[in-house]
Amino acid sequence: MQEPVIKIENVDYYYHGNVKALENVNINIYRNEIVGIIGQNGAGKTTLLKNLLGLLKPTRGRVLIDGIDTRKLSVAELAVREGFVLQNPDRQLFADTVDKEVAFGPQNLGLPEEEINIRAREAMEAVGIEKFSTVYPLSLSKGDRAKVVIASVLAMKPNIIILDEPTTGQDYLGCMQIMQIARKLHEQGHTILIVTHNMSLVAEYTDRTIVLCKGKVLLDGATRYVFTQTEVLKETYIIPPQVTQLAQRLRNKLDISPKALTVEELGDEIIAKLNSRRKKKLVAQ
Amino acid sequence: MNSFEDAHIYFESVSYKYPNASINAINNINVSIKKGQFVVLMGANGAGKTTFCQLLNGIIPHSVGGMLMGTVKVAGLDTKHHKIAELSQKVGLVLQDPESQLFTGSVKSEVAFGSENLGIPVNELRDRLEWALKVVRLEQFIDRSPSALSGGQKQRLAIASVIAMRPEILVLDEPTSQLDPIGSYEVFTVVKELNQKYGMTIVMATHHSEEIAEFSDRILVFDEGVLVGDGSPKEIFTQKELLLKTWIREPQVSALANYLKQRGIDMPEFPITVEEMEKYILELFQYG
Repeated sequence: MQEPVIKIENVDYYYHGNVKALENVNINIYRNEIVGIIGQNGAGKTTLLKNLLGLLKPTRGRVLIDGIDTRKLSVAELAVREGFVLQNPDRQLFADTVDKEVAFGPQNLGLPEEEINIRAREAMEAVGIEKFSTVYPLSLSKGDRAKVVIASVLAMKPNIIILDEPTTGQDYLGCMQIMQIARKLHEQGHTILIVTHNMSLVAEYTDRTIVLCKGKVLLDGATRYVFTQTEVLKETYIIPPQVTQLAQRLRNKLDISPKALTVEELGDEIIAKLNSRRKKKLVAQ
Repeated sequence: MNSFEDAHIYFESVSYKYPNASINAINNINVSIKKGQFVVLMGANGAGKTTFCQLLNGIIPHSVGGMLMGTVKVAGLDTKHHKIAELSQKVGLVLQDPESQLFTGSVKSEVAFGSENLGIPVNELRDRLEWALKVVRLEQFIDRSPSALSGGQKQRLAIASVIAMRPEILVLDEPTSQLDPIGSYEVFTVVKELNQKYGMTIVMATHHSEEIAEFSDRILVFDEGVLVGDGSPKEIFTQKELLLKTWIREPQVSALANYLKQRGIDMPEFPITVEEMEKYILELFQYG
């Protein structure tokens, strides 16, 4: 059996020693998974991320990244394994040009100049911002600023990429572009974790979904399965995407699968059902 | 369409350019909004939604400067000739990030601040405070520090501090974009109530098409500063080409109806909610 790249083992976390934020969390994430993490504010998502990045260490239990306990690695060592894209790109940008921003991480790894340049160029190309290489990052649109942050994370060549609310404040175009990048990175072999409140985005782009509620894992499974658990989701006020809701309402009346996650899926199923009905009618006539 | 007579908000040939900008942020906008309407502004970032919002309470042009052409009237006042202090009693503006709007040490003083500055007598002030906190359901937090509230509570507090000034028009610029699902739901519920129960005219910029589909009367679509769409949610969400061009995401059920239509299946009517779509699909199977 393959070893998980992230292993969260019996983790409790208490702020100030007594405010419980995580309780007995057990999660294994394997190489090249694409996983959505959802839950309300205060559910423990940020605390969990900070534990993954080594910014916090578990009060009880342990977090292993590539098999190594986060207590034994510095934050800098972890940053080479895990890239972290913050919710607000502006809090992560500081250089006066895009290429300097993207090159900053590899420079701090002490890599040779040539390698730094190659990495920066590849990272900019991966997200399509090479044309902005000499532009001041904060003068870019919000969508492009998010891409600069992703590129600066990619330049470190981490296998694991964690996106925290990557689409907050983005318009639909920005949203689509960022998610397309996430999908492409996944196809290239990266392990992707996406923390988000956007359910249709989770439905469309992730294979697996973890639902946190009050510091505990409420659900963890295939995204398709998780969104059928409407009763459990209600506990934490999570409403599945409209197509999934609709499929569940039509389930008994039209014998439609309750697991549809995208418009295309449900649309095709309805068309197929309509066609077979028409055929039956014709035969009957 | 653009009649001045019963307009609560009235734009005539409005164009505006920010200081030092080379192009207009909005261009030749003509629109009139009736009292009690719930109007949603949609469009990509940079399309002109925020500019439109800030024109309504006079921040543009009074604080921001720049070049304003044409006429903006709110509740009968020409914004060019009235100060922000005066306009703010007619138009309340709630910003995207509640943190940027809250600054005092308690919920009570936050809500009272605006009205205090209007010189409202103490008794009246107390009534307004009570009313505003009740509407946004924060009565029990009256003595709490705003920083100890959740995101949704903070945004509701920002709404309370604005409605305590008793505006006739409430303008909200992407009020839920930073909130979790519960927080968004709470804010939408409060805004809906202000519209339906208190008859407040609502102008809200948002990308959340599914939440607004049910209770907004009208959607204005902006694209690069130009008003390119104006109609009921049903009228706007059927226009697939307009949606694609302006990067607007329709509710998923409307997307499904558009998907089926492209494949030769017409719904009895165009759906914008899950309930409607369920009903129409069942009809389709019954008679189709």
